[in-house]
Amino acid sequence: MRDVSSVTRSTPVATRPRPKTPSSAAGPLKRYRSSVGRKVVMAVTGAILFLFVITHMLGDLKAFLGREDFNHYSYWLRSVGAPALPHRVFLSSLEAGLVVAVILHIWAAVSLARQARRARPVRYAARPKVHENGYATYVMRYGGVVILLFVIWHLLDLTFGAVNPKGENATPYDKVIADFDPARWYITLFYIVAVILVGLHLRHGLFSAVQTLGWGRQGRYPAIRLVADVTAALVVLGFVAVPVGVTIGVLK
Amino acid sequence: MKLTLKIWRQQNTADKGRMVSYELDDVSPDMSFLEMLDILNERLILEDEDPVAFDHDCREGICGMCSLVIDGTPHGPEKATTTCQLHMRKFKDGDVITIEPWRARAFPVIKDLVVDRTAFDRIIQAGGYISAPTGSAPEAAAIPVPKDDANDAFDAATCIGCGACVAACPNASAMLFTAAKITHLGLLPQGQPERYDRVTAMVDQMDAEGFGGCTNTGECTAVCPKGIPLETISRLNADLLKAYRG
Repeated sequence: MRDVSSVTRSTPVATRPRPKTPSSAAGPLKRYRSSVGRKVVMAVTGAILFLFVITHMLGDLKAFLGREDFNHYSYWLRSVGAPALPHRVFLSSLEAGLVVAVILHIWAAVSLARQARRARPVRYAARPKVHENGYATYVMRYGGVVILLFVIWHLLDLTFGAVNPKGENATPYDKVIADFDPARWYITLFYIVAVILVGLHLRHGLFSAVQTLGWGRQGRYPAIRLVADVTAALVVLGFVAVPVGVTIGVLK
Repeated sequence: MKLTLKIWRQQNTADKGRMVSYELDDVSPDMSFLEMLDILNERLILEDEDPVAFDHDCREGICGMCSLVIDGTPHGPEKATTTCQLHMRKFKDGDVITIEPWRARAFPVIKDLVVDRTAFDRIIQAGGYISAPTGSAPEAAAIPVPKDDANDAFDAATCIGCGACVAACPNASAMLFTAAKITHLGLLPQGQPERYDRVTAMVDQMDAEGFGGCTNTGECTAVCPKGIPLETISRLNADLLKAYRG
């Protein structure tokens, strides 16, 4: 006979979940700890980082205007506001802002990824089919980790010069030329792979930010996706141009 | 048709559960997916075995009771269709079909393929209602509703609360379900008084239930038997932002 008593209620009334602190009672900043609130933090910090990526790319492309232009631009970044502002104050303030944005972006990502992991303790036996854009979740999470590692390498390389063949005292242009020498093809390859991951991150990130900030509507989605795709492609091309330009000898 | 079914069997919530294979002959292509399972269960009962427990009620595609992740897809391969309206002609003779319950911490398995979806009820209890004064019904034309708003509200209101969105989501998020309710009530004049309290309370409850967060991949909309659109989630986000900013 079938054992009916073995069918138990899974959630006794007494242990039913209640929100710890309702958002309505939480402080103006603590509200953003809800799952949607953390996505808003992710979207806003992501937008700040996106603006940085665009200006960084435009700055890089100055390499094609020649050694003098590139080095002068680099010097200008460090002397903005002189003599009113001491050397590097403007740039360091921007960098401090970017560090805060990166930390908040990663905090939101890690806590949401952990929440997602907890939310499905038993996985599907049949490999879950991707019906729409489900792979984006993996591109963002694992790709994001690779991008972080790349940024650390990139700072050690071209900002601090610690892992650059020319060391820290060379001019920015010389450091770039030495970096992507054909003999160091593996470094160039690493940069290209990282930049493609940044592009894929932006492709979903731009769309997702628009959706998270509440501007997504059925009629607008094709345009939003198109803008996100084209922007991501331009960012990849813009960043790949300099390393490839050095490797094939257009820049020397 | 001859089929091999790999079905998740789990005695109760505490049981670990496992996949069990069953061979089934003489399946008619005209059977619905649930009728095919009925045939299997009749055989299991005759063999004095425990029949496979699965949820179902109206079998007309409108009640939201039937579930089942079929070969990794909630409600099976046919788009905008519940499992009860899926027919065996969508499968081929000799197919191996994997059948699993919705997988989410907030939807614990009660038995086999039946999961406890009362988490959805508690999200509704948190704010998915309007305050309607008692008394005689108001004159229908007294509160005009723009046609576009009425259309979008009605599209959202077609949600049957089956939970396929949660089952398909890579994060086991309940955003599409919650957003359908927020959109449905938030677009109509009757839903305005509680609009911003509703969205904070429902999102808080959603988080407390242990669902994951939304990553805007759209997996939910691809499997939704009622075709609830992705824009409902953006409407929820917009309302929540407004509520948070005060």
